[in-house]
Amino acid sequence: MALFNLNINGKSQQVDVDPATPVLWVLRDHLDLVGTKFGCGISQCGACTIHLDGNAVRSCQLPISAAEGAQITTIEGLSENGEHPVQQAWMEHDVPQCGYCQAGQIMTAAALLQRNPNPSDEEIENAMNGNICRCGTYLRIKAAVKTASQKL
Amino acid sequence: MTTVNTKLNRRSFLKVSALAGGGMMLSFSWLAGCKPTEEEALGLPKEWFELNSYIKIGENGAVTLYSPNPEFGSNIKTSMPMILAEELDTDWKNVWVEQADFYPERFDRQFTGGSQGIRQGWTPLRTAGATARAMLVAAAAQSWNVPANEITTSAGILEHKASGKKAHYGEMASLAATLEIPEEVELKDISDFKIIGKSKKNVDGEKIVSGKPLFAIDHKVEGMKYAAIVHPPAFGMRLKSFDKSSVMGMPGIQDVFSINVFKDDYVQNFFDTTTFPEIVAIVGNSTWEVMQAKKNLVAEWEKAPETKFKMAGFGGNSMDVTVPSGLENTSSHKSRMAEFIKNPGTVVRKDGDPEGMFKKAAKVIERTYSAPFLAHNTMEPMNCFADVKGDKAVIYGPTQAPEFIMGTLSSSLGIPKENIQINLARMGGGFGRRAYSHHMVEAALISQKIQAPVKMVYTREDDMTDGVYRPTYSATYRAALDENNNLLALHVKAGGIPESPLHANRFPAGALDHYLAESWDISSNITIGAFRAPRSNFIAGAEQSFLDELAEEMGKDPIEFRLELLKRAETDPVGSNNDYDPKRYAGVLQLVKEKSNWNQAQSNVHRGVSAYFCHNSYVAEVVDTVIKDNKPVVESVYAAVDCGIVINPDSAANMGEGAIVDGIGNAFFGELAFNNGVPTKTNFDTYRMIRQKEAPKKIEVHFVESTENPTGLGEPLFPPVFAALANSLYKATGKRYYEQPIAPQLEMENLRM
Ligand code: FES
Ligand code: FES
Repeated sequence: MALFNLNINGKSQQVDVDPATPVLWVLRDHLDLVGTKFGCGISQCGACTIHLDGNAVRSCQLPISAAEGAQITTIEGLSENGEHPVQQAWMEHDVPQCGYCQAGQIMTAAALLQRNPNPSDEEIENAMNGNICRCGTYLRIKAAVKTASQKL
Repeated sequence: MTTVNTKLNRRSFLKVSALAGGGMMLSFSWLAGCKPTEEEALGLPKEWFELNSYIKIGENGAVTLYSPNPEFGSNIKTSMPMILAEELDTDWKNVWVEQADFYPERFDRQFTGGSQGIRQGWTPLRTAGATARAMLVAAAAQSWNVPANEITTSAGILEHKASGKKAHYGEMASLAATLEIPEEVELKDISDFKIIGKSKKNVDGEKIVSGKPLFAIDHKVEGMKYAAIVHPPAFGMRLKSFDKSSVMGMPGIQDVFSINVFKDDYVQNFFDTTTFPEIVAIVGNSTWEVMQAKKNLVAEWEKAPETKFKMAGFGGNSMDVTVPSGLENTSSHKSRMAEFIKNPGTVVRKDGDPEGMFKKAAKVIERTYSAPFLAHNTMEPMNCFADVKGDKAVIYGPTQAPEFIMGTLSSSLGIPKENIQINLARMGGGFGRRAYSHHMVEAALISQKIQAPVKMVYTREDDMTDGVYRPTYSATYRAALDENNNLLALHVKAGGIPESPLHANRFPAGALDHYLAESWDISSNITIGAFRAPRSNFIAGAEQSFLDELAEEMGKDPIEFRLELLKRAETDPVGSNNDYDPKRYAGVLQLVKEKSNWNQAQSNVHRGVSAYFCHNSYVAEVVDTVIKDNKPVVESVYAAVDCGIVINPDSAANMGEGAIVDGIGNAFFGELAFNNGVPTKTNFDTYRMIRQKEAPKKIEVHFVESTENPTGLGEPLFPPVFAALANSLYKATGKRYYEQPIAPQLEMENLRM
């Protein structure tokens, strides 16, 4: 066990956990930030995507020891009440079915648009390819990313 | 307008009561509008009257509907209240939906699956809405002292034009609660619908996109422990012993013990399918710590003997089940299936003289199709929260069928049903997997043992290797043609491990004078269960691929060929128990032909068509592929759907798009193989799932305009896409694809997937 000082969604937080604990489980079990989801645990599905200093990363394989000092943003911190343009676009296109993958999809999309506000279809496909949606909402995801890019 | 009775066999399925703080509550039976099947009428007559859903109208006019059906992504939580709001004639903005918890008394039948939610809810929801409206009108008539038939309603407002009196529903709700329930109420004309048929956004949309805790896996209470499970490494094996000391000293670990899902004397029901009845549970302070301990657990496993048990079936009958012993292999599955294809099966339907026709045929075409086991791979792995203390239990988990697990829970915990509360969580996907809810019993037993609240979470590996899979299937189709290429007879022989995919009385049965259908099955200890459109999800692909090849052989356009067969089934059907409507079947083929511009395909686009009927709905699909940079790309999919009245069109289209993507993904990649009982894939690094890049670039879902009552939607778009894709790939590559998954075969042809 060790103490870690974290910056999550603009707030300082301290946790006392095993340094190997992935950020995913620190968020979910220790900080009650459960919007970040567990899907595979091996960086294959994207359900656990968060922003680390603005970049989309898979929190299931990111040890807490590597996150100290960085700015962590989770879906809960993307906006106060879902008013981020990506979240708005997601509602406009009524993207979710079961909804389980969508926090990860939104975090990946928000990071993409941050970097590249006007992505081509191919760039969207490449960026979003790491996020599995078992319900198959891929077309709406793509459409929502485009809508969001127009509003940014 | 239609008049409906609020009573069934003289018993009312509606009840009104006053709300404590003012307002009315109308309880009703969700099932009252369905015609029970014979089996249901025999086995469960009483529940048709159980009041298992209710609406509240508060004094402020807010309407709350308690929806008894669990939500797994088909958006019934939005579409069902739309039906209610329509007949109630209230403003959609004033309607709130709550997920009703599972109370054994009140909600005796809550089930999401079989695409039946809307079909079953349609009439009761309309009747309940119309009844509440009629009572509000009666209350207004009484307090204004005017005739009820002079009062109109609109968007939650009551109005008496002549006297200029107006009130919103909330103002009359308390009085309405004291009135008698009318014996008959009028339903709206379909042409007067204002809400049904107009797209409404997902009622949980904002919660989902902002990451609110909606799922069981998100649940947490004070003092809650975390649990992981360790199950036998292979089907056909069971726990022999485990070494507690191998994990007890590890950080955060509190306890390790084994649990048995069933009591010895318990009679399992049909949905009690449990992959491994005895497993080891590890309890600790956090998910990560129990997952670490899981890796360290030293356990010994042994081969499980053959087991026999009784299983309760429908209508009070019970069946004898035998689970064979042994460690099974995909290669031996394949060779055993090849034997069964050669031997005669059980005849499930025979029309005319098929054998005679095959004897005199000038040409016989025979093709065999096969598909592997599939894992459901719901995005949210199996998990459950349980809090069992003394003789009380609260269970909160993702389940499609709480009623089917209640008896199991009660038996395994030794706690009476009245003391068990099942709360229903939104599910991170279901696809049939969560009709089997042994995870709830596991969590409950763990909590009972430690007498504290616990959240049990499967790893992805557990979820994939502890499955209730889609069976592996095979189907052999034969056609007899005369010297002029006329179709004389058709023969299908289909089977699987451990069940046959055949629906004996579906198309093309009924369209051919000489038809033979045979079934076979091979027992197995690999657990299987419902998977989006069970059986149809395979047989549709086989049948519709064969018809495509047959049409080509006969020199006919594949759509015209199907339409000819359907014409025959409509005008002069063979046999009397064909369970489809050929006209509606043909209707979707005609619609897809028009919408896809079937006759004007572009030259570099390769198209395939397919049509299928299941879950009371008809779907035809056209898939267009192109080969780009040596890569097959699905450009467009056109779907034509006849599912009766569409409640929420945009969300229905979303479901349809998802089913199409799911079908394309499984056709290309879906596969679970076994090696000495061990599933060969354990996570998404090896189990390939369709991703953004492989999804079609465009999907159009077109609904047939209809005034028929709504039917299934979550499943019917899934089965036909397999053949539409295979038929389109044939056009692209010149090769027929008889085996799923298709991607490895494409790669052998040097196409990149
Ligand atoms: S849970 Fe992290 S990528 Fe799947
Ligand atoms: S919406 Fe269900 S997994 Fe994406």
